[in-house]
Amino acid sequence: MSTATPPASRLRPRDTLRVAFSGLRARPLRAVLSALGIAVGIAAMVAVVGISASSREQVNQQLRELGTNLLTVRPGQEMMGGGDATLPPESIDMVARVGPVTDVSAIGTIQDTAVYRSSAVDANQTNGLSAYAADTDLLATVSGALAAGRWIDAAMAGYPTVVLGATTADRLGVAVTDGSVAIVIGEQPFVVVGILEPVPLAPELDEAALVGWPVASELLGFDGSPTTIYERSPESAVEAVRAVLPATVNPENPEEVTVSKPSDALAAQAAADETLTTLLLALGGVALLVGGIGVANTMVIAVLERRSEIGLRRALGATRAHIRRQFLGESVLLAALGGVGGALLGGAATAVFASSREWPFALPTWILAGAAAATIVIGALAGAYPAGRAARMSPTAALSVV
Amino acid sequence: MSEVVLLRDVHRVYPGQPPVRALAGVGLRIEAGELVGIVGPSGSGKSTLLNVLGTLDRADTGLVRIDGQDVAGRSDRHLSALRAHRIGFVFQQFFLAPGVTALDNVADGLLYTGASLRERRRRAARTLERVGLTDRNHHRPHELSGGQRQRVAVARALVGRPALLLADEPTGALDSTSGAAVIELLHELRGDGTTIVIITHDHHVAADLPRTVHILDGRIESDERTA
Repeated sequence: MSTATPPASRLRPRDTLRVAFSGLRARPLRAVLSALGIAVGIAAMVAVVGISASSREQVNQQLRELGTNLLTVRPGQEMMGGGDATLPPESIDMVARVGPVTDVSAIGTIQDTAVYRSSAVDANQTNGLSAYAADTDLLATVSGALAAGRWIDAAMAGYPTVVLGATTADRLGVAVTDGSVAIVIGEQPFVVVGILEPVPLAPELDEAALVGWPVASELLGFDGSPTTIYERSPESAVEAVRAVLPATVNPENPEEVTVSKPSDALAAQAAADETLTTLLLALGGVALLVGGIGVANTMVIAVLERRSEIGLRRALGATRAHIRRQFLGESVLLAALGGVGGALLGGAATAVFASSREWPFALPTWILAGAAAATIVIGALAGAYPAGRAARMSPTAALSVV
Repeated sequence: MSEVVLLRDVHRVYPGQPPVRALAGVGLRIEAGELVGIVGPSGSGKSTLLNVLGTLDRADTGLVRIDGQDVAGRSDRHLSALRAHRIGFVFQQFFLAPGVTALDNVADGLLYTGASLRERRRRAARTLERVGLTDRNHHRPHELSGGQRQRVAVARALVGRPALLLADEPTGALDSTSGAAVIELLHELRGDGTTIVIITHDHHVAADLPRTVHILDGRIESDERTA
């Protein structure tokens, strides 16, 4: 008879996986339900990150299209006296003479002039709309687009025609631009020839009624002082131009000039969403934690229910480590099942949300890697205690259950 | 002939109030190829004896040598290896995995030897043939009769060609006809040279065995050979 020491018990890695999986297959409904907890958490986190990445991608795409080289120049507060400062009429030409500047355009507020749908409207119902005189090259400079009709060209600038901002058209209820509709600006009828799309880099235009510079002076008593100058220069020169603009437009009081970069405001708005993203991510983390507790609970019950299986496996030659690995593997598989389901769910939610807003779809790979790592860690943590309990169970006690 | 089992003055006390003296100085020697029945009423210590023989439980004191290996002081890993390679178990409740074919249930008898799945199945098919269940390879436990299930369990215990086959009340959950068939199978296996220990409280089963060890209150009362 052989009396040599028997070779060590051995469970192949592939068999460990098979054994771990067989435990889940035996109770599919329970496996799916407890994986669902993990799936909800992972889906929430993936969707939050995916949606915020898609939103950021959309802003970046918009900035790429609109350009980040637009500067606006406005009069600030007057240091002495207190009234609103103004820009001199010749400041537009002065900005145009700055070396790197490629485009210049301006609008000027027409003082004490309100915009009405018709002369029958109560004069107090201004709708918060403003009338501006606009340069003919304004639209190109601010990357605006027309929703309907046409822009005021040089030929039309001398006639009472008007182009409405997106919000203005909405508030006045004007949708027709074929020349049959006229609105009232400062008691004068102006024919609506065009309606703008919202202008992201110059949101003030959305609530504007824009008329030609000459007709504003002629019919509405416009003094010719620009209120906002829009200027573009090559990207590399933006900072240099920004530095010289105040002194250029108002050499006597450069401190009364405000220069801003509208693309920064857009980017800042996108960054502000980060706070909300972090909060939602934390909520997803809580869901994940609850899911992990669900997995731990399932595993504790599984170990209690399967005492005789544990006893049998010990009788078949399983070491404590084999038993521990089996249940740990089962727990990790369970969590991974939820992780994969959750990642798919979160990805789908991102895709649906992005397409409903016509955003580009963006899902950073780090969140997928993070989700995978999180599920493995959660599965291992959730399974550690039940697996340890299964491993420590004495074989005779495990077998004595009927 | 060499011995497969050697027990000398084995004691096992389960702590409690009062402590239970399950084994109180048991000595037993089983040669290779023997078929031994261990008979006793419940509480006599026969299950403890089986667990000690199967290295599932350790003796407090005394010598326990299974297939030439001293059990005392050995690590869990060492004893697990002994069970994986040298000891086969048959239980009263079969303990077959539900929803798994007879072939794979038997193949699981080799799971912890590290053999490949293909090899395990190949040997399982051969062992099922040996217990007369060739045509039931792909049946699941619920499709088998009680006697057939116990045959599958016997095949699982045998598939690793153990030096020692331990059967704990193998007919306990079977009707008398199926039970007799299982006992007959064990008799046949003995002809193949397998050492078999059957624990039973059924005197009819014990009466047909060539050697019967009676145990009472943790001591061996008698050790009779009829053949």
